[in-house]
Order: sequence, then structure tokens, then C-alpha cells
Amino acid sequence: MKGIRFTRKQLCIPYALFLICFVVLPLLVIIYYAFTNGEGRFTIDNLVGFFASPNTIGTLAYSMGVAVVTTCVCLLLAYPIAYILARSNLKRKYAIVMVFVLPMWINFTLRITALKEILTILEGNLAYYPFLNSVIGMTYDFLPFMILPLYTTLIKLDNSLLEAANDLGAGSAQTFFKVTLPLSLPGIISGIVMVFLPSMTNYVVLDMLYNSTYIMGSLIGSYFAAYDWHNGSMIALILLLIILIFTLFTNRYEEEDVERRGGALL
Amino acid sequence: MKSFIRLFASLLICAVLVLSSVCRNTAADVHAADSSGNSDDNDTITETANDSEEVIKLRVCNWEEYIDLGEWDEEELIDLDNGAEIIGINSMVDDFEDWYYETYGKRVEVEYSCFGTNEDLYNMLTLGDVYDIVCPSEYLIMKLMAEEKLVPYSDEFFDENNEYNYYIKGVSPFIRENFETNEINGEKWSKYAAGYMWGVTGLVYNPEEITEEEASTWSILNNEKFSRRVTLKDNVRDSYFAALDILKADLLTDPDFINSEDYHERLAEEMNDVSPETIDAVQDILQDVQKNVYSFETDSGKADMVSGKVLANYQWSGDAVYTMDQADEDDFTLVFSVPREGTNLYFDGWVMLKSGIEEDAGKQHAAEAFVNFLSRPDNVVRNMYYIGYTSVIAGTEDDDTIFEYVNWCYGAEDDEEEVEDYSLGYFFSGNNDDEDYIITVPSEQTRRQLYAQYPTEDVIKRSAIMQYFDDDANKAINQMWINVRCYNIKDVPAGVWIFCIAVASLIILLVVLKLMSKRAYKKI
Repeated sequence: MKGIRFTRKQLCIPYALFLICFVVLPLLVIIYYAFTNGEGRFTIDNLVGFFASPNTIGTLAYSMGVAVVTTCVCLLLAYPIAYILARSNLKRKYAIVMVFVLPMWINFTLRITALKEILTILEGNLAYYPFLNSVIGMTYDFLPFMILPLYTTLIKLDNSLLEAANDLGAGSAQTFFKVTLPLSLPGIISGIVMVFLPSMTNYVVLDMLYNSTYIMGSLIGSYFAAYDWHNGSMIALILLLIILIFTLFTNRYEEEDVERRGGALL
Repeated sequence: MKSFIRLFASLLICAVLVLSSVCRNTAADVHAADSSGNSDDNDTITETANDSEEVIKLRVCNWEEYIDLGEWDEEELIDLDNGAEIIGINSMVDDFEDWYYETYGKRVEVEYSCFGTNEDLYNMLTLGDVYDIVCPSEYLIMKLMAEEKLVPYSDEFFDENNEYNYYIKGVSPFIRENFETNEINGEKWSKYAAGYMWGVTGLVYNPEEITEEEASTWSILNNEKFSRRVTLKDNVRDSYFAALDILKADLLTDPDFINSEDYHERLAEEMNDVSPETIDAVQDILQDVQKNVYSFETDSGKADMVSGKVLANYQWSGDAVYTMDQADEDDFTLVFSVPREGTNLYFDGWVMLKSGIEEDAGKQHAAEAFVNFLSRPDNVVRNMYYIGYTSVIAGTEDDDTIFEYVNWCYGAEDDEEEVEDYSLGYFFSGNNDDEDYIITVPSEQTRRQLYAQYPTEDVIKRSAIMQYFDDDANKAINQMWINVRCYNIKDVPAGVWIFCIAVASLIILLVVLKLMSKRAYKKI
């Protein structure tokens, strides 16, 4: 065994191969389709067309709207729960967290179908509240993704910091806003990333809850159904770029945050 | 140098891994072929290793849930008046493999897969998936024909004297006529496609809430009385068709138009109108429809009809039968109507692909035999019973199994009070007055499952086949559909704009304040 030893670089080769086959190559294909037309010639019409049409821009705005509202609702619902759980003296905290994660183990179509029936009982006719239903459906679906990162950050919160704040005369509200909230920012951000991005494209929830307005995912699908791979790829690419910008932005924020956390600890 | 050797070693390991997995697959294939050769039949001595070469592999791609998968309960046995007893024990595909071996002495192994929509199938084919025989709808058949991707059926297939040519002997004269008269690039459909199932589009509705009159027009889709209680298909072709009917309702119901000599041709022309003005008008109608419908549904419409969430639902006849059957189980009555403006006549048919068959005569023979096997009357009944759609096969003069099956399903019992005669001659013999093909049915069946499964000749008269859209029309119609379905940025209410601007300026303000405080902090 002594003879063969791999460096870290070499151990990465299988993953690199995987990455090339299933991530890089498909991406290149998408880029190729996005910038060509039916005859295979280079064009930027697809790009211009996306930003020139009030319908595609409107779809982007609508998807953003659903995603922003869903993320806010998730955050507002999840934060108190995560906070209470993390700060409580309960012995089996983790078991209670599992209760919140439990719905994730049930098939998602089944859950939405059940939700559909509940909403029908509450609202009478689902078709009158498409936006509200979509937000409820997405929140239902993505809430655990918000609770978990919040819980894991809050549980690591050093109690002595809170005590110090109290000793220095901060009220409970002040302690929360000056200490707890800034320190839980990494959890908030990873929660937002995990909820915001999928809720921009998860059109299955909308379909199942009878929201007949397209969001980004369904728009891409409709182009592919009409054999128009070029426009479909372009929209996928634009979505990818939006996500990329969003991630870079949050990353930068997280880095800044580390500095600030250092400041707070000092 | 050392690191180079390590790199080389790791690449070698990767290569070995890949190769071994490939080898394992092929080994498994050979093994599977061998064991299937040995396990099934009696005289296994002649079947040795070289047998694996003789197995014809037939790659079939069909709609989901579109063939009998067998495993019926014993009480499901269909026992017809002509003495035939039909039950699906094994799946149709397994039965075909056995039948082919018994009939032709060659083994065929069917690789059966499914697709969800015609568009999916087309994309799969474009991406390079290879199938020998597939079952798309008429418009994709036309598109594939126009693109010269299909293999014509052999002359042998059309030989009515061959006892195993169940398709050509059994196909309904009505279907045959349609397949003979429709052409693409001067070639008849019948040369490239063998029908499987057919039907019309219509409305399934709840008769307690909707009158027959209200359901007799496509305008029910934007009738405000049923606001948010009707559904349309989430599918541009069906929606376009329905909207065209609403758009042209005055013309289509005008007696002069209906009684004109070339009514059928003119109807087909009107229902295939893809001029830019028409597309614009259809967009306006569909935008209204969208505000009035419960949803554009892909598959939920059937369940929502049965649970009472919606009152009327655009449906393909086969699914309509299924919906009404389901409702019957809950003692809830639904009926079917074919609106007076017109209806879309559709077919699904088997076509052989050049990319799969590759001029392999053995394979083509197996593919044609597959179609024939599915067209054998007892198999037709099994498929119809299992999937609820209507087969294109009518049977022959000596074999009336299919007509008997219709009678078994819908024929009135002796003690039934309200009965009516229902003519099926147009389908079974080509002559609607043919007394052999008139069945006596309970009156309600003339508006229910029977009407959906075998519409009357009147309905057929006002039916039109919808052609495939050429590239330009396809693009324009898809754009129209996107315009209907997408949220238009101009529709954002002023309040939302103000709110967004307020939030954005608040964020900017906060950031600026923060930067200023940081600067102040640094100064200290």
C-alpha cells in the first residue's frame, strides 16, 4: 500500500470528471443554444427579446414577487420558532426540530394535494386567490429550509454575550437587535438563499394550486414545448446569472459580517 | 516525474472503472437474453448462446397508461354474447412476445417506454433517443412525415388475405377514409401510420348546475355565470381550438355554412386558420377565458370534476369516459356534450421511425406484427376496457367482438324503461343506416359514456382535424400563448410600484447611513 499515494489534486479527478460531464458541458450547450437562432447562426436576439418583451420581464417580476413574499413570510414564521427553540431549556430540542423537518419526508406532491383541499375548504374557490395560494404553497414547502439554518446559528449563540449585554444595561429588545439579530445573520442569509432561489422557479406548486400565471420555470418549459430551445436556453441562462449575482452579493455580505462579528466580540 | 506517474495511475483507475461498468452492462445483457431464451419454452436444446443474436429488440414508446398492463381480477372477465371471453392476465407486451414466437418462430424482446406529451416525444427524438415504433397524435405524425423521419408500412402489411393482418382487415371504414384522404407532401397518412385510438373533444359537465343549452357551445368557457368554475386544457393546441370556435361561432353555426356542399372542407379550413389577425383575436379571447376559468389544467381536471370543484371541463373523449366512470362510482352524474360549433377529431397512431428501424426487415416485420397484434379484436377490447379510449378497429364481418363489446358495455337491459336506438354504422360498416349496427341503449347513454366513446354521426360531421402548425405559425401561436399566460409588466398596480420604490429607497438610505457611521467611527 505504501507505493501508491494520491495527492489531493489527484483525488479530485473523479469529481472533476463528473463536473465536466454533467455541469460544464450542459452549461456550454445552454450557452450555445442561447446565442444561436434556428439556423445555428450567432445572434443576440434572444437576449434582446427577453428584455424587450413586457411579458417576459413581467414574468421575471412576478417570479421575484412570489419569491420575495415567500421568503419574507418564511423568515417571519421561522425566526421566532427557531429562536424560542434554540433558547429554551427543553431537553429534547433536536427532536422538536425534527418535527418541523418531518413534513419534508412526505412526498411533496402529496403534501400540496392535501394543502389544495384545505385551502378549498377555507377559501371556497382557489381560483380567486392565485398569488396568495402560491405564496402559501411555497411557504409550506420551503419553511423547513428556513428553520434549520436559523436554528443551527441561534443554538451556537454564546449565552455570555447576552449576559454581558444585560450587565451593561441593555433591555431585552436592545439585546435582541444589537446582539442576537446581527449574530444570527449568517443563518438568515443561508435561509434566504435556500428559500428565495427555488421559489423563483418551482412552478409545480403554482400548477397544482391553479395559478395559471407563468413564472420563470414554466416559461422555460413552454418554450421547450414549442420546440424553441434557443429562447428557452436564454431564459435559463438569464435566471442563472440572476442567481449568480444574488449569491455573490450574499457572499460578500457574509464576509463583511464576519468582520463585524469580530467587532461585536471585541 | 513522480507526480506524473500518480496522475497516470489515477487516470488509469478511472478508465478501469468506466470500462468495467460498461463490460458489466453488456455481460448482463447477454445473460438476460440467454435466460429469457431458456426459461420460457419447451425445446430449449436448439437455443444456445448464438440465440442472443436472433432476438429482435423492438423499442416501443407509447403514451403513459395507454396499453393493457394485465393483472385483472377474475370477476373483471368480459364475457360477450358471441361467446368470446376476454381477460387481461399478462401485460399486452408480454403477450405479444409470446404470440410472435408462436406465430413466426422468432424471439422478440420489447423494450417498452412511455412519453407524457407529443412535444416531449419530439424533443426526445431530437435529442437522439432511438425508438423503432412510437404512438404520437395526428399532428406529430404529420410533422414527422413532413420531416421524412418515418418508414412506410410494407405492402405485406396491407394484404387483406393474410390471416394475421388484423389491422388492415379490422380497421373501421370511417378511420380508413380519414387516413386515405389526408395527405402530407402528396403522401397518404395510411402509408406511414396505423391508427390506434381516436376521439373528439367536448365538455364534461354537471347537469344539475348547467343546462344542456349552456353546455352546447364553447362560449361556456367565458360565460360569466360559471366564473371560475370551468377549466380548459393547459395546452396551446386545445386552447387555440376552443378559442377559434368561440371566435367563429356565428359563422360555424350559420345554417348556410353548415348546409353548404363543401361544408367539411370549409370547416377544416376555418379550424386551421393561423393568420396573424386570427391569432391576435384568439389571444383576446383566451385572455378573457383566463379570467373566467378555474385553471388551465394538465391532468387535474378529471379529479376536480368528480370532486365538484368545477362544473364543466374541456376534455378529450377518452378522458371524459374515465371522468364519468369515476363520478358514477361516487353516485354523481356527469354528462358529455360536443358543442355545436365543432369539435376536434384526433387520432393516435403507430409510426415506425427511420432512426430505429434502419432498413432492418426483421425489425420492421416485428413492428408491423406489434400493430397487428394490438389490432386483434380481443386485444382491442382489452385495451379499450383498460384505458377507456376508443380503438380505430371495428372488427370484420366474421368477427363482431368489438361491436359485441360495445353492446356489452352500453346495451340496455330487458327491463330498462327509457331506451333509444343508437346508430354506429358509420364506424362499423361505413353506412350509418346499417341495421346490424344499431344498438338499443338506455336513453341517458346517448349523452354519456357511449356518446363520448362513439359519438354520433352528427358529431363526426362537425369535426375537423387540426393540422400541425408550420414553423412560423408555431412560433406565432406559442408567442400568443406566452402573452396570455405571462404576467404583463404593464399590469403591475401603481401601489406595488410605489411600495417597491419605497422599499428600495429605504434600503439605499440605510446603506448610506451605515457607510456614514462607519466613516465617523474610523475618524474617532
